[in-house]
Amino acid sequence: MTIQFNKETFRDDYSFKNSDWAIERFPFPFHEDSYMYSVNMEQHRGGPEGSVYEKRFDVDEHYVSEMEDRAMVLADDPLRCQSLPHMTLAGWDLLELIMVSKSEDYPDLFELHRDGDTWRWVNKPMGIDDTFTFMDETTLPYGPMEYITRQTQGDFCVLDQRDENLWMDAGMITTQADWSLDFDIGMNFFEWHAPVPKAHEMGIFQRALKFLLNIPQGAPARRLNWTMTVNPLLDTSPENYHKWGIQKTTLTPENIGAKQHLRVELQSFFRLPRSNALVFPIRCYLIAFQDIVKSPKWGRRLHRVIRDLPEELATYKGFIDNRPMMLDYLNQFDDGLPTSPGVFPENETEPPLQK
Amino acid sequence: MSKFRFPESIKSRPVYGTLEPRPGKYHLMIADAEGAEAILDLAGQDADLMAKTHIIYIPKYTDFGDKLKALNPAQYYEGPTYAASVQRIQRVLQDAHMGTQVYLTGTEGLMGQAQNECMQAGIPHTAIQTEHRGSVVRRMQCVHCKGITEDVATDPYVCSHCGLNLFVRDHYSRRLAAFQGVCIDAEDPGNVPEQAELYS
Amino acid sequence: MSAAPQKAKAGAEKMDVTVSAVVPLNDLVTRFEFQRPNGERFPPFSAGAHTVVTMDDNGRTRLNPYSLMSDPADASTYAISVRRDDEGRGGSLFMHRNVKVGDAMTITYPVNLFSLDLRAKKHVFLAGGIGITPFMAMIAQLERFNGNWELHYSVRSAALGTYVEQLTSKYSNKVHIYYDDQKQGIDLEALLDGQPLGTNAYVCGPKGMIDWVHATASAAGWPDANVHSEEFTAPQPGKPFEVRLCKSNKTITVGENESLLEAMEREGVDAPFLCRGGACGQCETGVVNADGEFLHRDHWLDADEHASGEKIMPCVSRFVGTSLEIDR
Repeated sequence: MTIQFNKETFRDDYSFKNSDWAIERFPFPFHEDSYMYSVNMEQHRGGPEGSVYEKRFDVDEHYVSEMEDRAMVLADDPLRCQSLPHMTLAGWDLLELIMVSKSEDYPDLFELHRDGDTWRWVNKPMGIDDTFTFMDETTLPYGPMEYITRQTQGDFCVLDQRDENLWMDAGMITTQADWSLDFDIGMNFFEWHAPVPKAHEMGIFQRALKFLLNIPQGAPARRLNWTMTVNPLLDTSPENYHKWGIQKTTLTPENIGAKQHLRVELQSFFRLPRSNALVFPIRCYLIAFQDIVKSPKWGRRLHRVIRDLPEELATYKGFIDNRPMMLDYLNQFDDGLPTSPGVFPENETEPPLQK
Repeated sequence: MSKFRFPESIKSRPVYGTLEPRPGKYHLMIADAEGAEAILDLAGQDADLMAKTHIIYIPKYTDFGDKLKALNPAQYYEGPTYAASVQRIQRVLQDAHMGTQVYLTGTEGLMGQAQNECMQAGIPHTAIQTEHRGSVVRRMQCVHCKGITEDVATDPYVCSHCGLNLFVRDHYSRRLAAFQGVCIDAEDPGNVPEQAELYS
Repeated sequence: MSAAPQKAKAGAEKMDVTVSAVVPLNDLVTRFEFQRPNGERFPPFSAGAHTVVTMDDNGRTRLNPYSLMSDPADASTYAISVRRDDEGRGGSLFMHRNVKVGDAMTITYPVNLFSLDLRAKKHVFLAGGIGITPFMAMIAQLERFNGNWELHYSVRSAALGTYVEQLTSKYSNKVHIYYDDQKQGIDLEALLDGQPLGTNAYVCGPKGMIDWVHATASAAGWPDANVHSEEFTAPQPGKPFEVRLCKSNKTITVGENESLLEAMEREGVDAPFLCRGGACGQCETGVVNADGEFLHRDHWLDADEHASGEKIMPCVSRFVGTSLEIDR
């Protein structure tokens, strides 16, 4: 398929924009007019044609620019990509998974030619054509996990499975919603989720862990997570928080439509064969409020979700101070009409805004 | 008695126990300051323990040294600082075998760092016993500059490397043996709350 | 939630294979090798993994897990070795008596509940009888990566020493064999003593051997996290019992030689499962009502959960009493 790749920035002048195509396929995370945590896992085996759920690793118009932003983050801070020594095998598993998936799902963009252990990988959008020996790090410019994730949208956590738990022992984390790989590397599932309010008492993580430990080869799963970001800033890391935190205070009623972004993570979970590790890709999608409300259903729903969200969650997700301004804006797009269940915009059938 | 009752906290915050004798050929005990008291308590529980024990002790401002020596451990070392004893710890672990029991006691900073050395040597952290005694100051890592500030007693505090004002989180990294410090006035520069004592 | 949510099918993904070789190794053990149709590659796997083989035994479907003993890097062939158990439930007998070269069979993608700890400085393998199978794959994997390992393997006799010849000729200095009929036993305490820090021990064999290794290691001060075991728990037979399946609106009887899971499957109920050996938790089922005693035989639920009577693992556990209603 032909994708027109944007030339855009996710920092400084923030030239990022979503095309109509990107807006229409945005992974809106709310299937009802309120939100609470759940173990909302489902099988990651395709989805409606053209949707972000269809391919194993979705490629969109932001691909090339996102990879450029990643390269800048890493040049500035190499600690965003780390792999404990025993995780190299898992890195090779991940490299194979992504190369095979993308070359099959996007044959016009990616090619993989394998002759025994001699592999040739062609990445047309990024102008890469590399031949290397599978399982031999000396034949690649980076370790296998770093090599392939520098060419794949989204963050990647590679989790070692031991002692009935998952351990964050490797990762490429440059588009995170405010957590530090350097700090969390080596932690187990409950430990790295420690700062999340309410969810532990709800038993969310115990149930989620049992599910994840049993994900077999060939049967990946997925779920959605969400938060808010002011400006289409991908690198909202704690490392740089002392620089970007101030941006949260630059919202005004005039600019909020353009600057306030809903940030959705499409998370997936794949069993890696040789290492028995689990890879946890976290794919970040951004959309400005003014683009969300183009869909009447989404506009109505977003207002209600944000309005009724428990204070603890709004605080943890970092937008408690801006919530009043967000509600003032979103209120304009909520006429009180009912919304259909499910996440899709249903623009043909939902009534237009009556305000 | 120098035991502090830590308030209940998040899942990554370490929880310390009470040392008890466990089976093994060799027992390695590392302690600082009031941690000596936990070792004295431990020795009281099993008369045979000390013959197979190596004590590494950093007294700091206390003077339990004589009492520990009187236990007659197989090996006894007293060092001026933890940093000075690290190489010795590494050397001892290098030759240690399976069946080595490790007991850490004293400040969180000492326990966390010693635990890390043991983990590097191949001992799972779940097998290492810890008991907190004495000061509740924290080792903090500044998430921004990655610098470690030792002996942090207030919240917020100033990073000893980059000078940012940081608030103290309970989120803890075993690997770094430190809690996380995050800039407190990023969204309102200059608005730094007055320093309050930890746990106050 | 998002797109066409798809209900997970019970068990791991399956694939079609052809039996490419049937190799009797001795009086009790036969190796079965599989290839994929059209020379397709097998998925790679991590040593210690097993596959669940579907057997159509005269209209009765059996699903048995077997360790993959082939080299994980060999994408052309999967191999298992099956010990014939005349007193068993029939799966091994089916394999030995009915399966021939050229047969089409269905097996699952590999599932690993007994993996190597890749951080270990050294791996010590303790095998009893047919428990040697997962170690064959582990040894192949470690050899490829220059891992540090040694094997201690207890066999009944030379005649029944499966793969002894192959192992001792290839790895004479790392393989130690102990013959029961010559009263040779593994001197476990001596073996464990003096191992470098970071050594991991792995035991696969009869329950007694597994318990003995765990207990001896613990007494020697080894951390539990450093001792791994896999036991092939075939569901034990027991008195038949009746169960009401609330969701399916059926009442079924679990026969003497089948598990509750197998009985549900026989009745056409699509109950979740994965390992079928009481270890993975996937078949965990809520108890709606019970008047009687549970015979918990799993390694998944904790003591409190066992005592609560609110959960049961149908793949291995049973019930004795007046009535049982479960949430399936």
